[in-house]
Amino acid sequence: MTIAASEQISVRLNERGISVARGTTLRELRRAHKPDADVIIRNGFPHRDDVPLEEGDEVVLIRRGEVPSPEEMESLMTARHGPGVHAKVKVARVGIAGCGGLGSALAVALARTGVGALLLVDFDVVEPSNLNRQQYFVDQIGMEKVRAMAANLARINPYVRVETRNARLTRGNIADIFVGCNAVAECFDDPAAKRDMTLAVREGLPRTPLVTVSGIAGHGPAGQIRARRVFKNVFLVGDNENAAQPGRGLLAPRVVVAAGLQANLILRLLLGEIGQDDNE
Amino acid sequence: MEIKLNGETREVDAETTIARLLEQLGIQPNNLAVEHNGEFLEEDALEHTMVRAGDRLEVVRFVGGG
Repeated sequence: MTIAASEQISVRLNERGISVARGTTLRELRRAHKPDADVIIRNGFPHRDDVPLEEGDEVVLIRRGEVPSPEEMESLMTARHGPGVHAKVKVARVGIAGCGGLGSALAVALARTGVGALLLVDFDVVEPSNLNRQQYFVDQIGMEKVRAMAANLARINPYVRVETRNARLTRGNIADIFVGCNAVAECFDDPAAKRDMTLAVREGLPRTPLVTVSGIAGHGPAGQIRARRVFKNVFLVGDNENAAQPGRGLLAPRVVVAAGLQANLILRLLLGEIGQDDNE
Repeated sequence: MEIKLNGETREVDAETTIARLLEQLGIQPNNLAVEHNGEFLEEDALEHTMVRAGDRLEVVRFVGGG
């Protein structure tokens, strides 16, 4: 006795579930859904040949250089990040004080995560010596950092709203500049400025969580860079020991580890996963 | 007398200022954020503020690099 195969099979096309007639080939799928696609990926592998689809296949149809629409970007984020995550991050606004090694890497991580808005503040320009650890490119040397980073973020995720301020932050202006942010990151170089930012945010924006950084220089074990709460609504990332100094400079690996810890902490704060008394 | 420093219980001498305590602990007196019983102190207040039994002190000394 044979059981008739069903007429339709289920496949996923560009992250959406669809039903197609059994026997439909890759190229027929393309013709029906995205005739201008010039790259066909099936189950993770690019295909030049034409093969029939099988139940459960995951197909991605791409036109080279095409920017995903807002709806496509939204569904990519939602599929990748799990239920509820994207809905929360896309309405959040995060302030980044300083766009050097930490701030530039943090901005990239948060833009890729789909945060709704980023406020970038720095007074500096891109210099050749920055390139060992900061997320800029050789053709951006001499550009204002906030402008260079805004340009980079537009190419990473054009749907993040990027606001820039080319300004020097002081204890006097920090609260005014970062008002309205759901979280703020301290990404300065100078330790006195780190201290000033902590006091300014605690005094002027007491309900805004702040993630500061202290101790990320050199190439000692990166596992010593930790994230923990230090004051109410203030978290510290770093080993709190390794100051940048001659003979122990800042290198990309530890800087990126610290920025990643900042990004993850901020993501957890935006998702409400850190309680009032939680340490991390 | 006992105080809490960065979450840990510590024995300290009576009649100590916060500045003196930090010196005893080997913490350099710059780039400091000091929270004393929930309130942040300016750096010039550290020399005048006495530590009392049961005080809660949170101290972070920032180092450079970013």
